[in-house]
Amino acid sequence: MEGASTYVHPVTTRNPLTGGGVRRAREAAIRGAFTLAALVSVGVLVGIFAVLFLQARESFGGNEGIAQSTLTPEQRALFTDVEFAALPAVPPPAPSVGRDFLGGTNWNPTGATAYYGVLPMVVSTLMVTLCALALAAPLGIGAAAWLAYVAPPRAREVIKPIIEVLAAIPSVVLGFVGIVVVGPALAHGFGLQSGLSAANGALLLAVMALPTIVSITEDALTAVPRDYVQASLALGADRWQTLVRVVLPAAQSGVVAALMLGMGRAIGETMTVLMACGNATAMPGSIFDPVRTLTATIAIELGETDVGSRHFHMLFAVGLVLFCMTFAVNLASEIAMRKSGGSRA
Amino acid sequence: MNRNERTGFGLLAICAGFLVLLVVALVGYVVSGGWSVLSFGFLTEVPRNGMREGGIWPPIFGTIVLMLITAVSATPLGVGCAIYLVEYAREGWLVRLIRLSIRNLSGVPSVVYGLFGVGLFVNGLGFGPSLLASGLTLGLLTLPWTITASEEALRRVPRSYRDGALALGATPWEAISKNVIPAALPGMLTGIILGLARAAGETAPILFTGVTFSRPDIPHSVFDTYMALPYHLYILSTQHQDIVTVRPVAFATATVLLGIVLVINGTAAVVRSRLRAAQVG
Repeated sequence: MEGASTYVHPVTTRNPLTGGGVRRAREAAIRGAFTLAALVSVGVLVGIFAVLFLQARESFGGNEGIAQSTLTPEQRALFTDVEFAALPAVPPPAPSVGRDFLGGTNWNPTGATAYYGVLPMVVSTLMVTLCALALAAPLGIGAAAWLAYVAPPRAREVIKPIIEVLAAIPSVVLGFVGIVVVGPALAHGFGLQSGLSAANGALLLAVMALPTIVSITEDALTAVPRDYVQASLALGADRWQTLVRVVLPAAQSGVVAALMLGMGRAIGETMTVLMACGNATAMPGSIFDPVRTLTATIAIELGETDVGSRHFHMLFAVGLVLFCMTFAVNLASEIAMRKSGGSRA
Repeated sequence: MNRNERTGFGLLAICAGFLVLLVVALVGYVVSGGWSVLSFGFLTEVPRNGMREGGIWPPIFGTIVLMLITAVSATPLGVGCAIYLVEYAREGWLVRLIRLSIRNLSGVPSVVYGLFGVGLFVNGLGFGPSLLASGLTLGLLTLPWTITASEEALRRVPRSYRDGALALGATPWEAISKNVIPAALPGMLTGIILGLARAAGETAPILFTGVTFSRPDIPHSVFDTYMALPYHLYILSTQHQDIVTVRPVAFATATVLLGIVLVINGTAAVVRSRLRAAQVG
């Protein structure tokens, strides 16, 4: 942001012409109201974390579920003997955070014995996201370098808004394209039974991450001082050498920040992966397996659970894992950005 | 240009060209698939025969009302926060905390906002699955975008606008409300509308906060469930029992959704670039 750090706030200085009494009291009240509005953003962030944390905590305590030992005689009468015999003797113990949830490799909340292992979904999320990033990074950085360094101003003015259209396409529309075109094309090209797979999701998420990567990388490249370029050219380097050996290294932190932000966006993306990835809960073996990400799991299952059940709370725990992952990635981007001396708008 | 430059810059141009092609192909594909189904009736009629025939008026209506609630809930808070940050606050721990929160909020996945909406609005405050719960959830989602856009617009107002008013004896609020806000208003509005266009395409936050697969009429109050365009597209393309037959309807729905979002975006972008040119020059 231009001049953001040197900006002076003129209206906060005391004005001798303003007078006192009622006017001053009114000014103080107005100022207070705006301060409150500003604090709402802090409140919302804390609130989101609190809701996720409090709901998620419920998943790991207490016993739940019908068991032979928990039934009253009246309830017992509602079951046939065969049904009763099929019930567990005592309620299953609460799952543990470490071994059963974070480290568990089986997610089956509705089975006779419920499993709540989140690991396959974390692996799927990372797999789809990293593949998307591997596709989007070279393309995005290349396009940004062209826009910032090579393109004539007129071409830039036309092409930049077109690329920005990518950011406006709703994720559900991309998911739809994944179902009707990209998935079938993958299935045809690689001889798969179904194209709805991690690869399909990665291709579409790359499209989602691209506008973020292009715009922030371009900002970082443009922010490199002209002196660097001129010094390099004066020493006899050609423009390509200057770009690759001088401008890109100088903008490195900004580029890393751009990639991290693009990654954060991809990790949190829901509808595209929900529609395009095939949604199998098993641990993925290859990029062409159907996978189910953290976001998709919440989207699929939350509507089907009873409010207050363990399964319901577990989905908030999945949300908390997701929140922490995106938080970490955004923090990394923030640190990279600070290193590069820029500030994110 | 030597050979290195030619091949290198050629590669970069291919990257940029590929992205342009991608945009044209994506938009062109969706629109060409939906174009033939689009008609006035499609936009104004209710779905018939299990959505195989008729129009998509209820989801369009739902999305419009949802946008209104989102705008009404996010705008005062977002603009208020921006006014505080630009006009009142001095650098310090509080401002750093607020900025940190805004940046983190803009990184929170939309489905997590959905979970928050379920926890707070649907269950906590007892709104139930409703237009209101969804609209407020989307309002929170757009809050960081609204703040950022309003802040940018306020910062572009020259300092003399404030100084002039203050020198004439105006109080800070008089200077802000009579001089600064009117000057920043067009910029703020385009930014806010851009945020709303983005919110219009969001599906994950409304999934459990009130959107419904099908209802025979349009909602009567903000406490009713509703249909919305992005969810309608999701249903038509994945959950419908007769996916092949409804595919043209899905294409047309995608076209309408894309059309709404792109038209709003395009208008706002043109207005914004005009404003920038007018104010900088």
